[in-house]
Amino acid sequence: MRLSPFNVVSLTLGFVFLYLPMLILVIYSFNASKLVTVWAGFSTKWYGELLSNDAFLDAAWVTLQVAVLSSTLATVLGTMAAYVLVRGGRFFGRTLFSGMIYAPLVMPEVITGLSLLLLFIGIGMDRGVLTIVLAHTTFSMCFVSVVVSSRLMTFDQSLEEAALDLGASAFEAFRLVTLPIIAPAVISGWLLAFTLSLDDLVIASFTSGPSATTLPMKIWSSVRLGVSPEINALSTILIGLVTVGVIAASIASKQSALRAKRDEQAAARAQ
Amino acid sequence: MAETVFAPWDDPEQKPLIRFRNVTKRFGDFTAIDDLTLDIFEQEFFALLGPSGCGKTTMMRMLAGFENPTSGAIELAGQDIAGIPPNKRAVNMMFQSYALFPHLSIWDNIAFGLRRESSDKAAIASRVEEMLKLTRLEKFARRKPHQISGGQRQRVALARSLAKAPKLLLLDEPLGALDAKLREATQFELMDIQEKTGTTFVIVTHDQEEAMTVASRVAVMDEGRVMQVATPQRIYEAPNSSYVADFIGDVTLIEGTARARAQAPEAPNTAVPQSSAPRGPSPNALGVWLHDKVLAPVIGTRTDTQLQLPPPDKSDTTLSVLSRDIPEGGIDIAWSDSQPPLIALDADAALDGAQVTLALRPEKVSISKTRPDGAVNALKGTVIDIAYLGNLSTYHVELAGGVMIKAQTANTRRVSRREITWEDEVWVSWSGTAGVVLST
Repeated sequence: MRLSPFNVVSLTLGFVFLYLPMLILVIYSFNASKLVTVWAGFSTKWYGELLSNDAFLDAAWVTLQVAVLSSTLATVLGTMAAYVLVRGGRFFGRTLFSGMIYAPLVMPEVITGLSLLLLFIGIGMDRGVLTIVLAHTTFSMCFVSVVVSSRLMTFDQSLEEAALDLGASAFEAFRLVTLPIIAPAVISGWLLAFTLSLDDLVIASFTSGPSATTLPMKIWSSVRLGVSPEINALSTILIGLVTVGVIAASIASKQSALRAKRDEQAAARAQ
Repeated sequence: MAETVFAPWDDPEQKPLIRFRNVTKRFGDFTAIDDLTLDIFEQEFFALLGPSGCGKTTMMRMLAGFENPTSGAIELAGQDIAGIPPNKRAVNMMFQSYALFPHLSIWDNIAFGLRRESSDKAAIASRVEEMLKLTRLEKFARRKPHQISGGQRQRVALARSLAKAPKLLLLDEPLGALDAKLREATQFELMDIQEKTGTTFVIVTHDQEEAMTVASRVAVMDEGRVMQVATPQRIYEAPNSSYVADFIGDVTLIEGTARARAQAPEAPNTAVPQSSAPRGPSPNALGVWLHDKVLAPVIGTRTDTQLQLPPPDKSDTTLSVLSRDIPEGGIDIAWSDSQPPLIALDADAALDGAQVTLALRPEKVSISKTRPDGAVNALKGTVIDIAYLGNLSTYHVELAGGVMIKAQTANTRRVSRREITWEDEVWVSWSGTAGVVLST
């Protein structure tokens, strides 16, 4: 089908608006010149420079640690919260709790960051990697619980009852039946928490100490001294990683859909 | 035949496996089960039958341990099971959705319960193989539930719930998801497996045909109460209320006022049930007790002759009896100003003056173009509708007063040669003992 001129214009405008900034960033990361705005030929030297810049590498390591730890912790807590809210039946204060668990979703990050900072100062906790992990867990936990509880709501409760009926304890029923079945939702909750933690600047700035600087913080502080081509290179790497991740996830889901279809056909033949 | 010898409910010596004692279950303001008392015996195939929302599923969930009664007690083998969690009960359940674990193979699904109580791999494996063999699933052991058909899934669910050899197996609408043909085959398979394993089965269903086919006894429920508990034959032939008569099978209900007929001293054809059937169907001690405690305030006191099945008498078999040969006894039912009263020979004369309902099964009503000789009850009407069911045809005949009567005939001839058709003037007739007189 041919697109009408109007549609071509809309499509172009939309995509230019979305991707032009990133495209410029990627192009300038291969600029040979040290001046960001002047093109001086193709070069990959800034990628080499980046690898030898310990400050950036340290920040990347801290970010990775924080992201893995906080998203894991948030997944455990968020899944538990979702399970209780969906399965716990009616208990005193249930409506209040379920409203409260979603409140951080709409809370301005500045406020979350500030209140966490006050808490850490109040209890005399030294700020560092640990405090960032706790802070990230706090705000990403509710995202996990939203994802997991929406899966649990469509989960056939008779599966758990069947497990209980066959002699499993409540914990065994969760571990052997519920968890394996809702695993995809738990994993996507973890991925969501991981990405949220990776790109958080505001809360990390409030809760980090002198010993712990995350990558977004590092980028932000170096940009204030002027945009360097090194940062362009770093950002390009991040864009590349995200792109690969998104493509891999979509291929994986397409293949699992194909497998489900094959299984269904096998079932139809078996009849 | 198992039915003729297997009747523990008639034996006062028998101890019931399950005993509901004055069980009431409320959800908020809603009363799901209302002061229910019921015994279920070992090795029974017991059906809880009723429309949706009658409380049958709640009863099953109380047996499984997912709900606890608000008041009253449920005993399993003499032990009160209130408060025992589902995973500690010797009761297994087959769920309506089957609830097969989608991430486990058929083999692992069946082994799930066994693994919870034992770590003996060899014993588990041999039990699983035995179950696979019983349900003819050996070929599918390695498949996942979504890779097999609906009928096979149903058998996996059955195998899984039987694997632990429970004292009691609960089946929640087990055949609801199968198509008609497969359902029929599976009903017989279920009965076969029940007989082989000797397990007590309690099945919940809204399908009366299914309940009648598989069950040794049926409990008809309505709004949290048991209306009647009896064998399928008695439920069908001798319902105790118009609710049961109407719920089970097809029936025409005619309301009227009873009037005692003169009792003949020596009438040879008067079918007095207790004299002709020494072991005729009659309520057992529990039934009498139930009646006196629960039903008597509602429907009046019970008498022994009421609702008994008479042996076939002369008026059933012989068409050439003259009208004056109608035996005496029973009651007349005045039901219409313009029509003669209906005669029910086996009804209790003590009903004299009471409002009663005559329940007539369509297959016991004959239809003919001319007035049949000697029929005890014969009424004239017009054919309004004919439902052709293949082997049977059901005629809807409207009588002069507007009452609709259903009559059924077997289609032994081809349709083209059928002599009665729409708008025809016909006679519907039935014998003096064909109808059941209900006082509610």
